[in-house]
Amino acid sequence: MFDIEVENLAKRFGDFVAVDGLNFSVEHGEVFGLLGPNGAGKSTLIRMLTTLVPPTSGTARVNGFDVVRAQNDVRRSIGVIPQAMTSDLDLSAVENMSIFAKLYGIPREKRQRTIKALLQAVDLEQWADKPVKMFSGGMRRRLEIARGLVHEPKIFFLDEPTTGLDPVSRVSVWEMLERLKTERDLTVLVTTHYMDEADKLCDRIAIVDHGKLVALDSPLKLKASIPGKNILEVSFSGAPRDWSETIRNLPDVADVKTEENVFRISSNNGPRTTVALFEAARVANASVASLSVQSTTLDDVFVHYTGHQLRDTLQAPSAADSPFMLRPGRS
Amino acid sequence: MHRVWAIVERDLRRFRRSPVLMLMSVFMPLVQLVVLGYAFGGVIHNLKVGVVDEDHGLRAIKLKEMFQAVAANARTFVPAYYSDKGAAMYDLRNGKINGVLDIPPQFSRKVLAGAQPRIALVEDNTDQFSSAALGGVVNQMLPAFNSPPIPPHMTAVATLDVVEVYPYVPYIQYLLPGVIVLAIFVSAMIGGGIIFIDDKARGLHEGYLVTPIGKFELILGFTLSGAVKAIISGLVLVTLGSIIAGIPDPLNPLRLARLLLLVVATSLALISMMFLIVVRVSDPLVPRAIFGMLNTVLYFPSGAVYPQESFPGWMKAIAVVDPFTYAVHGFKQLILKNTGLMAVSGDLIFLFVFTALAMTAATLLFRRTL
Repeated sequence: MFDIEVENLAKRFGDFVAVDGLNFSVEHGEVFGLLGPNGAGKSTLIRMLTTLVPPTSGTARVNGFDVVRAQNDVRRSIGVIPQAMTSDLDLSAVENMSIFAKLYGIPREKRQRTIKALLQAVDLEQWADKPVKMFSGGMRRRLEIARGLVHEPKIFFLDEPTTGLDPVSRVSVWEMLERLKTERDLTVLVTTHYMDEADKLCDRIAIVDHGKLVALDSPLKLKASIPGKNILEVSFSGAPRDWSETIRNLPDVADVKTEENVFRISSNNGPRTTVALFEAARVANASVASLSVQSTTLDDVFVHYTGHQLRDTLQAPSAADSPFMLRPGRS
Repeated sequence: MHRVWAIVERDLRRFRRSPVLMLMSVFMPLVQLVVLGYAFGGVIHNLKVGVVDEDHGLRAIKLKEMFQAVAANARTFVPAYYSDKGAAMYDLRNGKINGVLDIPPQFSRKVLAGAQPRIALVEDNTDQFSSAALGGVVNQMLPAFNSPPIPPHMTAVATLDVVEVYPYVPYIQYLLPGVIVLAIFVSAMIGGGIIFIDDKARGLHEGYLVTPIGKFELILGFTLSGAVKAIISGLVLVTLGSIIAGIPDPLNPLRLARLLLLVVATSLALISMMFLIVVRVSDPLVPRAIFGMLNTVLYFPSGAVYPQESFPGWMKAIAVVDPFTYAVHGFKQLILKNTGLMAVSGDLIFLFVFTALAMTAATLLFRRTL
C-alpha cells in the first residue's frame, strides 16, 4: 500500500484548470519533491491532499484514507506546514505547540512529554517560553515543523518550508527534517523552489506544469533524461594554431567558443570528450593548463521541462497583503 | 469540548499579552458617555434676546420687568434693549442675537380695552433646541402676565399635577445603558470580527482546518472567547460608567449580579451576530468599512439616545429585530429603575434566542475548506 495515492485528480476554479488529472503514488518513507513554476498547481494539489480544498474530480488517498470521504482520518494522519508562517506571535513556543496538541486531543502527560522532545529535536528548547515574535524566520519555521509533528503524524506535508530563509537557516531546516524523518519514520511531501535542495534531499521529484505532471523520477535519472549538455572550460599551453578546429572534431562536441586562450566546449557526453581531449593534446604535444567540467543541474532539468518563458499571469490579490490588518505578520 | 477550549485558550492568551486594542473598546464609549452626556440634555442658558418696545405704555413696562426677572433668575436668556425694530431684526439675521421680542405700538391700550393685545417673538429657528427653550419660557410667562392681581371667585380652570416616579434622570444617566451596549459592541467588533478576519488572512485558520476540529467547535470557540472579552469591557462600563454618571449605589452586589447576567446575554448576542456577518468575509478592509455603518444602524434605532416612539415605521422595524433594542431596554430597567430580573426577562429571552439562531446560521455558513 502506498502512503499517498493520486488518481486522475483534478481541480477547476471556474474556467481555470489548476490541477489537470494527476496520477502518482508515494511510497512509505519517501521524500517526495514537488517542483513547478509559480501557479503550476502545487499548492492546490497539497491543499487537496490535506483536505483543505475538495477535488473537482478524481480520487486521492492519504494513509489509505480517501481525502473526501474520510477527512478526519486523513487529518489525524498528516502534519501540515503551510507556506505562510502561521505561529502565533504573541504566544510562546510551548504555548503554540500546546494549543495544537489540544486541538488533536492529546492527553496532558503525553502532551508535555511530546512537546519537550520535539522542541529539543528542533533545537529550540532554550527558547521554549519566549514569545514567538522574538524568533527569527528560521526559528519560527523550525517551531512550525515541531508543531506539525505534535500528534505524531505518519505523513508530513511542507509547502516551500525554506522560502525566505537565509542559507544557514535553510541548511538547518533541512537537516532537522532529514533527522526527524528517519527518527519518526515519516513520509514527506515537499514543494520548493531551490533545485539544489531538491536534488540533495528528495528521493523522487515530480515536475508539475499547467496542472499536469511533466516528469517524475529520481533526481539522477531526471538529469540523465535530458539531452546532455556538459560544459568543459579548458586552457592549454603550447597548443598548435589550428587547435580550435581539432577540438571541434572531437567526439560528442556540439559547439566551441574561444575567449583569449580559454575554450568553452559544449558536449553531449562530458567524460568521453574529456578523455579524447587529453589524448588529442598528448598527440599534438600540448599540455592542459586548466580544466573544469560542469554537469547538468536540476535547474537545467526544470527549464527543459517547463520552458524558458516567464510566467507573468495575474492572480487574485491575497488578503494577507491588505494594509488594514492588525500587527502585520513578518513572513 | 477540549478542542473548543483550545481555541478559547489561544485567543485569551493573546488578549492578555496585547490588551491595548481591547482597551480601546472601553475607552471610546467612556469618552462618548462623558462628552455626549454633557453636550446634550443640559439646561440652556444665556440666549441673547433683543427687546423692542414700540409701545412705551405701562403694560409694556410690566412685561419688560417680568422678562427681566426671568433673565435674572432662570438665566435662560439675556435681554438686550433696542429702540429700533429694524436694528434688532438686522442683528437677528446676522446671528448676533437668538430672538427678538417685539411689543408693538398700542399694546398697553389694547390690553386695557381687551382688544386682543399681541406681542411677537421672532426666533432664529435654525437651532430648534434654543428656539424651543426660548418659546417655552415666554409662553410660561404670559399666563402670569394675564392673570388679574385678585383671582375671580368662580374658578373652574383645570390644573395638572405631574408626579415623577423616579428621581430626576440627567441625560448622562439616560445615555449610560446605550453606552454600555456600545462598549460590548465595539469589543465584539474588534475581538470578534476584526481579529477573526485578520487571523484568516494571515493563514492561522489554515492551521485549524487541517486538524480534526468541527465547524461547530470552531464557531463555539470563537464565540466564547470573543464573549469573554466583550463581557470584560461591558462590566468595566457598568461599574465605571455608573460611577461617572452618578448612579446611586453603583457597587451593590445584588444589582451587579443582575447586570452581569444581562452583560453576558448581550455579549453573546452581539458576538454571535458579528460572526454571522463576517463568517464568509476574507478581506480585512470589510469589518473596518462596515464598522461605522453597523454602529449607526444598530445603535440609534435602539432608543439609546432618543425615544423610539418618535421613529418612522421603517426604523421601528429595525428596532424590533435589533439586539441593541433589548439590551438597551434591559440596562435602562436595571440601571435607571433598579428593577428585578422579572422586568428584563423578555429582553434576556430575546438575547439568548438570538444568540442560538445566529450561531446556528454561522455554523451552517462556515466553510470548512479554503
